[in-house]
Amino acid sequence: MAAAVSIQNLCKSYGTVPAVKDVSFQVERGEIFGLLGPNGAGKTTTIRCLCTLAKPDSGTIEISGVSVLEQPREARKRLGYVAQEVALDKILTGRELLELQAALYHIPKAEARQRIEVLLEVLDLQSYADKKTGTYSGGLKRRIDLAAGLLHQPEVLVLDEPTVGLDIESRIVVWDFLRQLRASGTTILITSHYLEEVDALADRVGIIDRGLLIAEGTPAELKNKLGGDRITLRIREFTPLSEAETAQKMLSELPCVQEAIVNATSANSLNLVVTPDRDVLMTIQQSLQTAGIPIFGISQSRPSLDDVYLAATGKTLLDAELSAAGSRDLKAEKKQSMR
Amino acid sequence: MSGTIDTSTSVNLQPNDRLRSREPLESDGFADFIQETLALTKRLFIQLQRRPSTLIAGIVQPLMWLVLFGALFQNAPKGMMGNDLSYGQFLGAGLIVFTAFVGALNAGLPVMFDREFGFLNRLLVAPLASRYSIVAASAIYIVALSFVQTAAIIGINALMGAGLPSIAGLGIIALIILLLVLGVTALSLGFTFALPGHIELIAVIFVINLPLLFASTALAPLTFMPQWLQMVASLNPLTYAIEPIRYLYNHQQWDLSSIVLQAPWGSVSFGTSLLILVGFAAFTLTAIQPLLKRRLA
Repeated sequence: MAAAVSIQNLCKSYGTVPAVKDVSFQVERGEIFGLLGPNGAGKTTTIRCLCTLAKPDSGTIEISGVSVLEQPREARKRLGYVAQEVALDKILTGRELLELQAALYHIPKAEARQRIEVLLEVLDLQSYADKKTGTYSGGLKRRIDLAAGLLHQPEVLVLDEPTVGLDIESRIVVWDFLRQLRASGTTILITSHYLEEVDALADRVGIIDRGLLIAEGTPAELKNKLGGDRITLRIREFTPLSEAETAQKMLSELPCVQEAIVNATSANSLNLVVTPDRDVLMTIQQSLQTAGIPIFGISQSRPSLDDVYLAATGKTLLDAELSAAGSRDLKAEKKQSMR
Repeated sequence: MSGTIDTSTSVNLQPNDRLRSREPLESDGFADFIQETLALTKRLFIQLQRRPSTLIAGIVQPLMWLVLFGALFQNAPKGMMGNDLSYGQFLGAGLIVFTAFVGALNAGLPVMFDREFGFLNRLLVAPLASRYSIVAASAIYIVALSFVQTAAIIGINALMGAGLPSIAGLGIIALIILLLVLGVTALSLGFTFALPGHIELIAVIFVINLPLLFASTALAPLTFMPQWLQMVASLNPLTYAIEPIRYLYNHQQWDLSSIVLQAPWGSVSFGTSLLILVGFAAFTLTAIQPLLKRRLA
């Protein structure tokens, strides 16, 4: 059986600006695949090509073996799409919106009515169904949009940044629902620039940066590839740079320390990569004590997806976010998203 | 977000088996087209019902023209406009057409807002039988809206003493309005997909609106105009919608060969006017095809 989603050598530019340079990945049936990367990395462009909203310059995209480029209508029937910006008609009630959506997917009326009831119930929307969507909170909008994407029981559900702008509680509700959906057999592709989201939800992750897929695998695989554990050491609450550098120099010489960096963005704390060993924390503490350097805080952790991103790109996701934010052309992006 | 999603009840969320197959799914293209067009049209009417200001403004504006412009020229000598008409009687036909014209010119606005707010994307990821259903729904909606508005103007005009054409006459007026509205709606949708946003669209509508009114026979007959304006007015499709309607109002007897207009290049009959309107609608509808194909393909 063909993979639920198969993307091969996808390239897409807007004018002379390449948005996606060469992206290939597969999403297997019944898994949650997370496409992780900072804003502007090419996630949304990839999704827009997949959902037939943008035409790739080259490459192939298939949904359950159906070519998106050659049989767009067949592909659309198999696809549910929940966009990044929830576009609801605020004059319509939730139920009317779902009825419209059902007609656009050519679901017979009686069946549509039944399906709408089911989804309203599952997503706990019944008491809001007959209110105008313009009165909905962010979480409610997201839920009605999810219901709309699921009306036709799609094989693949695509969610572009499903929890942006939601509070923690709403985010967890959406996560739970997506897990439940996976359990019932739906393949889910989400994009996100939240590490925790991808870590918590995805069976497999693709990390995308500047239009290229730079890593792919299960979160555990990706982290294990990095090897050593992470130690974050704060000498003082606000450490002077000179003191941090002294400690850095000294700790680098320890055999168990693979790497030591001074993190200037976090009050000159030290980020160490160490061989995973039970005594390593003790060894470091002892050598600091001998040198007369105090410890404000020290913690050991397994590598996170942020470390995976850091290792692959040389910057943290947050830094990438910040530098991308300065160079984004929102007007051009708006134009790209409009048809 | 209030409440929680109940995961305890077992419900059918799994993908539809049919959708897992690679084989093309059976579907009746025409029935699908009708279903999606009706659903999209229904949406526009729900909007109208909950936000009737467009409908009301579309009736009030020409009415104010009728009252104010009529009063402005109240003391003009009878017959100045030809045919022994008072200015109020003369103006009626022009305003019926103007009402329909303005309504149709604004047809693209809701579509433009759908483009800007991303609602259009929701329609474009759906497996529509044809994306022309989006255009068709707009056209059906605007035609219906124009009929209601022109009916109101005809009714009020009758109450103000302009009289009422015969049933056949009203039928012909409906046909004329239909042709004009189709042509202008196509034009408006063309602008909608060619321009970057609603600000630009409103600007274009604003610029086109009044000049086309003044450069037609809505407010004054051709004989009243200097030569150059006569040329412009006889190139203006609005003139060919206005003159047959005006003729209907002022003559008991009419047929397709009745002369309704003396253009600088010769006499124009009732039938020719209708043909020109058919030509106008056919032209704009054809002219926007490449643009729609590109945007909606």
